[in-house]
This record gives sequence, C-alpha cells and structure tokens, in this order.
Amino acid sequence: MKLTGADIIAEVLIEQGVDTIFGYPGGAVLNIYDSLYKYSDQIRHVMTAHEQGAAHAADGYARVTGKTGVVLSTSGPGATNLVTGIATAYMDSIPMVAITGNVGTSLIGKDSFQEVFITGITMPITKHNYTVRNVKDLADTLRDAFRIAQSGRKGPVLVDVPKDVTAAVTEFERKPAGKFLYVTNVDQEAVRQVAEELNQAQRPVIYFGGGVVASGAGEQLRELMEKADIPAAYTLMAAGVVGYEDPHNLGLLGMHGGLVSNLAVDQADLVLAFGTRFDDRVASDTNKFARNAKLVHIDIDPSEVNKNVRVDYSLVGDAGDVLKAMLPYVKETRHDDWMAWISEKKKADYQPVDDDRVIRPHQLMRSLCRMAGEDAVYVTDVGQHQMWAAQYLRHVKTRSFLTSGGLGTMGYGYGAAIGATFGCDGKRRVIHITGDGSFHMNMNEACTAVSYGLPIITVIMNNQVLGMVRQWQTAFYDKRYSSTDPHRKTDFARVAEGFGAKGFRCETLEEFEKAMEQALKENGPVWIDCRIEKDEKVLPMIPAGASVEDIMLN
Amino acid sequence: MAREVLSILVDNHAGVLTRVSSMFGRRGFNIDSLTVSATSDPGISRITVVVQADEADLEQIIKQTARLEETRDIFVLKRENSLFRELLLVKVAADEKTRSPIREIAGIYKAKIIDLSVGSMIMELTGEPEKIDAFLKILSGYRILEMCRTGITALERGGLETMPVGI
Repeated sequence: MKLTGADIIAEVLIEQGVDTIFGYPGGAVLNIYDSLYKYSDQIRHVMTAHEQGAAHAADGYARVTGKTGVVLSTSGPGATNLVTGIATAYMDSIPMVAITGNVGTSLIGKDSFQEVFITGITMPITKHNYTVRNVKDLADTLRDAFRIAQSGRKGPVLVDVPKDVTAAVTEFERKPAGKFLYVTNVDQEAVRQVAEELNQAQRPVIYFGGGVVASGAGEQLRELMEKADIPAAYTLMAAGVVGYEDPHNLGLLGMHGGLVSNLAVDQADLVLAFGTRFDDRVASDTNKFARNAKLVHIDIDPSEVNKNVRVDYSLVGDAGDVLKAMLPYVKETRHDDWMAWISEKKKADYQPVDDDRVIRPHQLMRSLCRMAGEDAVYVTDVGQHQMWAAQYLRHVKTRSFLTSGGLGTMGYGYGAAIGATFGCDGKRRVIHITGDGSFHMNMNEACTAVSYGLPIITVIMNNQVLGMVRQWQTAFYDKRYSSTDPHRKTDFARVAEGFGAKGFRCETLEEFEKAMEQALKENGPVWIDCRIEKDEKVLPMIPAGASVEDIMLN
Repeated sequence: MAREVLSILVDNHAGVLTRVSSMFGRRGFNIDSLTVSATSDPGISRITVVVQADEADLEQIIKQTARLEETRDIFVLKRENSLFRELLLVKVAADEKTRSPIREIAGIYKAKIIDLSVGSMIMELTGEPEKIDAFLKILSGYRILEMCRTGITALERGGLETMPVGI
C-alpha cells in the first residue's frame, strides 16, 4: 500500500509492538502528529511538559517493562531537549528509540529555523543514529533502530526524519517484528575453567550489575549463589535482583555501599563480575579493587573486558546464557568459614540511629517501603535521597528500582515515574523519591501526572540544601558551602495544589506516615514534602579514588 | 607506546569517518595519521589509521571500533607482513645555486621533480614513512616552503591471513 512517511512511522511502531510513546509536538513533526491522530486507537501518545521529561519517561517505561521506550520530538530545541534523556539511557544501557523531526531536506545545512544537527550532537550518546533523507529508506531504518536498541548491549538509537520525508509517499509493506535473539557463543572450555576456579575458591564473591537485569538472569544467578554458597553484592543498577532477606545478599557495593560488601570484595579470593563494568563508583581505586582475588568478567559487551580493570578471565555473552552454561560445572559447596566471617563483619557495619522526633532517612525509607508494599516501583532522582533509597529500601523485585546510575541525572525521576506508571498500566504503585534540589529541575512534569491522572507519590526529602554536594564540601572542602544553600522558599505542598495535585508537608515520622496513608488513597499525583536535617549524611562513604581501607563510617 | 597501523573496513555511508574519528577523540586515543580510501567494493571504505598505543590501549581501540554499527572489520597490520606507503609533496625554495644539490638528493631518493619555477621546485616521493622522514631530514638544510603528506595507506601481503577481530 502507498503511505506517507508519517503513516509509515506509525505503522512501523505498531509492527514493533509499540502501543505507548512519549513526546511533544512542533512544526517539523506536524505530519507525524497528524498520523498519530489517525492511529490514536492503536498508539497512545503521552504528551509531557518538556521533551526531557518525555525522554526520561520513555526510559522509565523501558526499565520497568524491558521493552524499547519510544520518544518523539520536533527539530531544533525539541531535539536538543532530548539529549540529557538519551545520554541517561545510553550510560545505563536502556533500549530506546528517539524519533526527531527535522526541517525539510532542502533547508538542511542552511541554519534554518529550528534546525539543529541532532545526529552529530547525539553521535557519542547513542548506539547508532540516522538521518533518513529518502522516504523509501524510512521503514527499514526504523526497523534497524529497534533491532539495534534491543540487541547485544542495549541502548538508545536516534532516527532523524526531515519534514518532507514525513510527507512523501512510498510503497509500504508490513513485516513481522524481529525477535532480536542474542545468541551467546559459549566457549565451553573457558566456562569449565572458570567453574573450576570457583570450585577451588575459599572466599568467592559475586558482584553483579544491570546486565543481569537486562538479561533477565536473576533466577540463574540466585541458583548459582545457592548451589556454591556464594555471597553477592550488587551495583545501583541491579537492586532487587537478589531479595533483601536472602542470606547471601551482601547489599550495595561501592562508594556508598556497606562496609561488609566492600570488605567481602576486598578479601575475596575469587570475584565473579556479572553484567557490570567496574566503574569508578564501584572500583574507585582500580589497583586495590578486589586485590586478593582472581577476577572473572562476564559481560555481553566485549569492549568492557579489560577497560577499567584488567581481569584474569572473561566470558563474553548474555549473563543468563553464561550462567546456564556454567551451572552444570559448578560443584555444590558450602563456604561456612567465609559466610561466618561475613556475618561477623555485618555486625560492624554502619547502623543509623532512630529518632522519631524528626525524619531520619533510613526510618523514612522503612516506613515508605512497609506502606507502599513489595509490589511498588521506586523511581529516584540523583543525590543523597537516591543513595538512601538504594541503601534502605527493601529491594525484593527486579526492574522495580529505577535510577540514573551512570550519568547521574538530577531531574530524571518525575519523567521516569510517569513512564513507569504507563509501563505497568497503573497496576503497580509508583513512588518517586526525590530531593528538593533534583525536584526543582523537573517538577514541571506534575502537569503531565495531573493531566493523565497518574497516582504517583512523590516523596521529597527536603533538606533545603544540595545535600550530596554539601556533604562533599563538609568532608573535603572545610565546610565552605559554595552554592549549595540556595535559601529557596518553595512551599511544595502549595505548588502541588497549584498544579492540581495534592500536597502534604511533614516534619516527623508520624506525620509522614499519616500523609502516606492519605496519599495511598488518592487517584492522582501527591507530593509529600518531608523536612530532614541538612547535616544528614550518606554513610558509609569511600572517598573518590580510595578503597575500603579509607571507608568513612561517621 | 608503539606505533600501530590499523585497517578498518566500514560501510561507505555519509558521516562514517566522523563516527570513527570522534570516537577516537572522545576516548582519548591518539591519532598520528588517518586516511580514507575506496575499496574494490563500492559499499565499503577503508580507513587506515596510525596510532600511538600500548597493548591495553590497542585492545580498547580495536574493541571500541568494532562496537560501532558501521564497522565491518578491523585488523592490526603488522610490519612483517604488510606494505606501508605514503605520498609526499614538498615545495622547496631553490635558486640557481641550490637547484642542482637538491636534484642530486632527489635522484638518490628517487623523488620526482614535478614542478620547477624561478624560485622553487616541487618534488613528489612515494615510499615507506621512514624513507619520507629521512628524505625530509636531508632537505631540512634547505628552505621548505610547503609540504603535504598523505598519511599511511597499507595492505597486507598475500592472502587473507588476518582474521577479523572482535566482530
């Protein structure tokens, strides 16, 4: 059948199983929006307040579902507003397809109104990108974009479509969506060797990251931990894969991980790293990280092997495939001495003290978790609140802790929470945990949550300062609080009302629990402004470039 | 740090050179020279790049390049089984007095004199990069007005001995 470029975009989205996209209209995408009007029974378009929010929403949607998130924006500023969202997805290997309109092909390169070279701008933050100059190439280019986004190490792909291409007509034929099956070419001999090392090890540790989530390999990972009695620590990207109560769960690893997880890696004689990349927030001092251990790196991206840390063994492939291949060679073992040593160290780990007269972060997280239930999806922004959420929430489910790990994007949370809500079709409660600093960056998306009636509960950990930067200034800059105490007078509860949302303010744990109880009954967005002390710190902390020897516990 | 020559086969698309070179820049890989040329297949271009790299860098350069969507193949060209060539054009100030000693040097190096004017001459020399370095060193006693080197272009000897890396 003969279709316009704009209709082809809608058709390919449907063909790829996309039923929800996030975006913002504009001049260069008028034809596409006209088609979306026509296809509105098959594709739900969620309009955000800002393109950045739309990009984060597509990302949140992808994280919670595992499907490819789709974002659409106009040319020029519409496209540049996507950049932070695309970079966030790129750093965390989240599958996303970004479609941008552009000025007509005859206007490209002439500094036309709302023209920007978005493929040039996004080259280093996408797996790949395209400008489609001929409508005949449009369908296959979009199909390629979906394939690339989901294959191997996942990530964002951008397709830039000039306006005349969306108007041009060509023959279109529906094709079945590709399956993007990644086949790990397992080297049995290498797998056997690694299993042998594991069978010999006295103090093995698993350290795992987002690759395990992307692969859906949680079950196999837990099987390995159980079979060979191996404790496991996770990175920020993999909270929830191993249940909070699991006796082998060491908790979060790295800069704000526990003493016990960091010590275990330090003292291990074998570290198996699954779907993770030894980044500087985990392997801060690359010479000292896991210094007593033989290192095994399992990752789908061969370029990660030996990039940050040199390893003794590497198995390139999908984490689940490698685990399945490895399990038969692994002996059932107990490491009683090692596990006993770990239990002993757990007692020495940092323990925050309760105080019911104020709101202490760990107590807030406990109450929040208890009240929101195990099925809730938690989305954070970036800063102290993010680390407290990582440390003190009882993570029990995979794909249920959405956070900007690699890029560390303040302002990620609200957009991502909106995307997550659509991703789970409102069947799960979405909790957005933020700080007053982060929330000031993207609170505008409240209007979106109100428009669509999304029951997102935003918990603002309001310490009136940029807490994480301030904490560094306290520790390393002799308390010179440069630009971290902005003296803002924002009354979040009233701002919430202004947007048409509900707002609460609380200063004690009891008040928080009351507000939370109310919030859980609401059908629309709620903000809970929680006042906390500005000197609350995220502890433990391993300073940048240091090792567990230098861990700060107070 | 050693000087390594890499041959990269890429899709002949607009912007592919930018993708490869910007990745090198972003990751801090040091390029000595880079040439792009056609191959026998019109859909594929060859990028020959000379880098300063230790073993770890070289591993990363190969893997990061292989990761690009438009990279078809990448291999390291080893000195013992490859041919390296570079082309030099050099314009030297030459009056009646210096013209003949320069001609003598050109003769020894088998450089061609391709232009002669009242005050200068232009020579062309093709050869291994070391030969071109040596030629320029000898010429440094004279006044070089302008010069242009193409950078290394290279091919392996014989059949398909090098296996594709990492793709």
